Amino acid sequence: MSTRLARGGRLIDRATAHEFTFNGKRMAGFAGDTLASALLANDQMLVGRSFKYHRPRGIVASGAEEPNALVNLGQGARLEPNQRTTTTELFPGLAAASQNHWPSLEFDVGVVNNAVARFLPAGFYYKTFLQPRAAWKHLFEPVIRASAGLGRAPTEADPDRYEQAYAHCDLLVVGGGIAGLQAALTAAGTGARVIVLEQTAHWGGRAPVDDVLIDEKPADHWVAATVAALSAMPNVTLRLRCMAAGVYDHGYVLAEERVADHTPGDGRPKKRLWRIRAAKVITATGAIERPLPFAGNDIPGVMLASAVRDYIVNWAVSPGDRVVIVTNNDDAYRTAIAVHRAGLTVPAVLDARTEADGDLVQEVRSLGIAVHLNRGIAKVKGGRRVSGVAVCAQAGEGAVLDEIACDAVAMSGGWSPVVHLWSHCGGKLIWDEAQAAFRPDPQRPPITHDGQAMVAAVGSANGLLQADEVLADAIRAAGGSGPAPKVHAPAEAAMVPVWMMPQGASAELRAKMWLDYQNDVKVADVQLAAREGYESVEHTKRYTTLGMATDQGKLSNINGLAVLAGSLNAPIPQVGTTTFRPPYTPVTLGALAGEARGEIFQPLRRTPMHDWHQAHGVYWEPVGLWRRPYCYTRPGESHADAVKREVVNARSHLGLLDASTLGKIVVKGPDAGRFLDMMYTNVMSSLPVGRCRYGLMCNENGFLMDDGVVARISDDTWLCHTTSGGADRIHAHMEDWLQCEWWDWQVYTANLTEQYAQIAVVGPSARKLLEKLGGMDVSKEALPFMHWAEGTLAGIPARAFRISFSGELSYEIAVPAGQGLAFWEACIAAGKEFGLMPYGTEALHVLRAEKGFIMIGDETDGTVIPQDLNLGWAVSKKKADFIGKRGQERTFLASPDRWKLVGLETLDGSVLPDGAIAPAPGMNANGQRNTQGRVTSTYYSPTLKKGIAMGLVHRGPDRMGEVLEFPKIWGGVVKARIVDPVFYDKAGEKQDV
Amino acid sequence: MKRYSVFAIAREAMRHHTGWERAWASPLPKSSYDVIVVGAGGHGLATAYYLGKNHGITNVAVIEKGWLGGGNTGRNTTIIRSNYLQDSSAAIYEKARSLYEGLSQDLNYNVMFSPRGLLMLAQTHHEVRGYMRTVHANLLQGVETEWIGPEQVKRLVPIMNIDGPRYPVLGALLQKRGGTARHDAVAWGYARACSAMGMDIIQQCEVTGVRQQGGQVTGVETTKGFIGTKKLAIVVAGHSGQVAEMAGFRLPVEAVALQALVSEPIKPCIDVVVMANTVHGYMSQSDKGELVIGGGTDSFNNFTQRGSFHHIEETLRALIETFPIISRLKMLRQWGGIVDMTGDRSPILSKTPLGNCFINCGWGTGGFKAIPGSGWAMADLVAKGEPGPLAAEFGMDRFREGRFIDESVAAGVAH
Repeated sequence: MSTRLARGGRLIDRATAHEFTFNGKRMAGFAGDTLASALLANDQMLVGRSFKYHRPRGIVASGAEEPNALVNLGQGARLEPNQRTTTTELFPGLAAASQNHWPSLEFDVGVVNNAVARFLPAGFYYKTFLQPRAAWKHLFEPVIRASAGLGRAPTEADPDRYEQAYAHCDLLVVGGGIAGLQAALTAAGTGARVIVLEQTAHWGGRAPVDDVLIDEKPADHWVAATVAALSAMPNVTLRLRCMAAGVYDHGYVLAEERVADHTPGDGRPKKRLWRIRAAKVITATGAIERPLPFAGNDIPGVMLASAVRDYIVNWAVSPGDRVVIVTNNDDAYRTAIAVHRAGLTVPAVLDARTEADGDLVQEVRSLGIAVHLNRGIAKVKGGRRVSGVAVCAQAGEGAVLDEIACDAVAMSGGWSPVVHLWSHCGGKLIWDEAQAAFRPDPQRPPITHDGQAMVAAVGSANGLLQADEVLADAIRAAGGSGPAPKVHAPAEAAMVPVWMMPQGASAELRAKMWLDYQNDVKVADVQLAAREGYESVEHTKRYTTLGMATDQGKLSNINGLAVLAGSLNAPIPQVGTTTFRPPYTPVTLGALAGEARGEIFQPLRRTPMHDWHQAHGVYWEPVGLWRRPYCYTRPGESHADAVKREVVNARSHLGLLDASTLGKIVVKGPDAGRFLDMMYTNVMSSLPVGRCRYGLMCNENGFLMDDGVVARISDDTWLCHTTSGGADRIHAHMEDWLQCEWWDWQVYTANLTEQYAQIAVVGPSARKLLEKLGGMDVSKEALPFMHWAEGTLAGIPARAFRISFSGELSYEIAVPAGQGLAFWEACIAAGKEFGLMPYGTEALHVLRAEKGFIMIGDETDGTVIPQDLNLGWAVSKKKADFIGKRGQERTFLASPDRWKLVGLETLDGSVLPDGAIAPAPGMNANGQRNTQGRVTSTYYSPTLKKGIAMGLVHRGPDRMGEVLEFPKIWGGVVKARIVDPVFYDKAGEKQDV
Repeated sequence: MKRYSVFAIAREAMRHHTGWERAWASPLPKSSYDVIVVGAGGHGLATAYYLGKNHGITNVAVIEKGWLGGGNTGRNTTIIRSNYLQDSSAAIYEKARSLYEGLSQDLNYNVMFSPRGLLMLAQTHHEVRGYMRTVHANLLQGVETEWIGPEQVKRLVPIMNIDGPRYPVLGALLQKRGGTARHDAVAWGYARACSAMGMDIIQQCEVTGVRQQGGQVTGVETTKGFIGTKKLAIVVAGHSGQVAEMAGFRLPVEAVALQALVSEPIKPCIDVVVMANTVHGYMSQSDKGELVIGGGTDSFNNFTQRGSFHHIEETLRALIETFPIISRLKMLRQWGGIVDMTGDRSPILSKTPLGNCFINCGWGTGGFKAIPGSGWAMADLVAKGEPGPLAAEFGMDRFREGRFIDESVAAGVAH
């Protein structure tokens, strides 16, 4: 059984006990425990079920590489699935539940998959479920979906918050083991700004567990002294619980800090996402031990040798009473020593090598522990827990020589440097024959924009697995020169790669040798993939799902590709690795989203009158980041009724529109006129000061992209109004041309959209209202149609533009944003006697449609040119060039045979459906109905008391009076007559009074 | 080719699966072929497959610089839909979607086409009007789509927050027959079928030059030597410009990185595919349980297959806003692919200035869903030398004539 040892445990505080539950069972641990160590202390080795076969799964590792021990952590809204127990710090009241089983962890129906595992090899689902066709959707897939997945998703919104932060440094050190700390110390000594990240809650890494002596003292002393020295340096930032997730171009590093994971609900953010820009990155990310592929190596109780020793030394937990060690290297002998020191039994060390005489081996022998060479495990015995191992010769086919009873197996297949961060941004690897591992190739690092190495790997991440080499490597990489502290580590003999145990294992054994524990990928599966031609390592991965589980193959990848290489009879480096992709370990989506949630998901742009609208029955419409009043409803009034009332009132009395969202871009400079002549299809340079002109903007392809009124403010200054949605885009468009094409023109632009509140005063009484407000002459003579003037209104400095988007007498008044609300309220107050009502965007739309004015985004869709909209008059024939001119000259656009703007009037007075399309006789070559026109805008016109619409119709203006049929999507047809698109005041008398 | 079936699996299980044959052969190139397809992605392999199946042309090589299916076919979000606005788009995507329905049986390879339904959310009034137009267009195009209200959206996707607060869901365009498929399996299934017809799939073979004589293509220079051909089909999304340059012409495409990510696998929580264009994010859940999430494209040209990280953050903000329960889930893996973008964001299936050389590119961010239709139309073009009705509107000349096929109103973002 696994249990808490009476003594030891360098990371636990026995004085502070924490109670927690696992599957509802009350358990106890200590402060400093991980959930994994606490579970083991409570003899809970079985912690989950595998993905495919639902086999029992125990704790294998002690850190981020753990593939098995994943739990549903927390409850209710704080439920977190797939939480890795080995990296979860224990806290009081922690509640964990195992996942992927039904009805319980101990008795899982899904294990039937295991019984028929031989029928479910890699990729079996590509070869079956083919007939009958409908069965995939209705039968097979639902069953597969239900049995796949691991943890459960929460059912409530996340109550926790997440922060995001930026940091900048000269050197980012990833990893707080002795290599990282030494590199940081060296670099910090030169004055460099250094940040050190460590993913666990403790500094020091493996050295203290591995009995490394530095300057003749246990490594813990050196670690404590070094951390103290670094903490005292103002140019050094140390961060524990902070995992570097990914390295991107230009020294951009993403890191996730677990802030309150272990203190949930304390008000701090759960996690903090760091976006670090580092001039240089040192990865001191250590190495991960590899499992050995032998039959039954997935049975709970089989663990990495390093993990066994971690649990004993760090947390005083014994994974078992009798621990068999199986290895191909000297390092695992440290585990034998640790187990022995803890008072537990090592029945045998099974060493696959034919010779082993390093210092550690000798020490183990001297402790009286049996060491058997050329031995391996033929098969692990046991179901939900190891009960023994069958021993065989490594150089054999698995004939059982002996059986050893044990309740744990510590395995070591050698070590693989953690090269993920090195590889994310293009760092290349070389194959290290001696260690049988890929390590960073110093000749081919990830590079910065100027070709310099951006990342350096140090210590065991650099393939240096002997402690005495590590510190010197760190000093060198950090640009130091002095001597390294003296490190004492025993001499280790060479490891011998073992990719299969025993070497000549039968097909039956190979079908029980796990490579990927979580996804249930075995040696036989990789061999099958190779046999079937999935020879590229990426094919093998995808076909077998090797390395695609939540651990992303930290334990399985190298073993898997060695098996693949063996099957292909190719050297391992030729087979290569799959691509390392961020993140190193999974990152919480909430942390990636940060604080931009709910109301502040996207910034809400508010006009100065926003709160007034809110207080006066507004129904909002999102327009870009703005919200605009769609209409203002009165008690008991529908939106449609409100719109009708607002339209009628604007036509008969007086309406008030918040037009502040309209883009207002100032264009200024000696070349401003010339520039605007290029931006607009019509001429703006000739516009006299004090006058306004409606302008059209096209993109390079000639398609209409925006429209608005341009006012000439002074000799060298124009004010360009854009659509509300277009302001930022058009400003960027202008700057794009100025900065990339006409960088030598003297033109300056500024987007003043938010600097002004703009209020449209619309209706027969518009002038009366302004005269009542007083301050400037707004008479027809002083301020004619399409002119503007500056002055004061109601005591507020204002620009009044005599423009109309409704066909009524209309002024658009711009006032400083800070006085917008005051001006608006002044209008409301003064307007009472004229029957003033505010109106919203929908009334605005109806008013403009009645007048036949186009709306960008309704009449245009990126395929429409001004000429299609009868706006050819606004496209200059004289100008040598403007953006879009050449595009419009292309044959298809210059053809008269195009769909053009018309009005549409239903015969029965109903409103045409949005987006309705009129078919033409016949079918096209693809069997689709031919078409001849479509509705672009359609409304009920309260003025005309019937449905009106605008549309684009094939040669429409030539077909006035013709009736088109528009099918409705829910059946039936609406007939509409082609008419002039100007439904109201065709002569334009009302706006020009 | 030995057929796959549940009986074949049972038979093989008895002998530890030692009797399975290769899914596709690994031949050396012959000296010449009737057709060479450059690019063994989904589109290239489908082109070869329909050349054989529809036109009886099997003396074909598909050559690939890396591993088959290793480009965008193997790195997309596997969405399949055909509710496009413009006629020519709807035609080719609907052809593809309908071929997907029977593809597993056709190829005897389970590509796991899963018509789980696809929702495109409308979150502004403008978007509502745009989708109404699509519904009307699809009605006349024979594409089955419907408009549904917010309550029905909520019924289909209970985990969705339809009440905003920022952008309440006003309704959605639903294509019930849209869905997803297993992307790798599409490439593998086509490859196996092509190989079974006697075609050569030659991996690890990079084209380094295009040889021509008298304005006609005669073959390609490759890292495995010169290979002659009567016809050449260039189907190399992401690097179309480079190969076209070897053939002596320029393309109106640019290459940008598009990103995607998956979460850790969880038990089923969302059945349909959801695209939310106003906030810009799309998500589905794979059969394995991972949430498959699509991000945005970089606004600058590059070939890194990585992309700028801020797009991932923006996408996740949008999706957490839409699906608040996913906040505590974790991103397992993120990656990028290089997509071809044309001026109107629609593909090119075209003859080229070089005789007997044809090109298929420009699928932008939406190529996976088109694979069978694209291959079908491309095979037609290559076999006959002239485009059939599906490809007719997608010629390169449209940029010279201004005859754009712009879907931007229906899919302002990635489609």
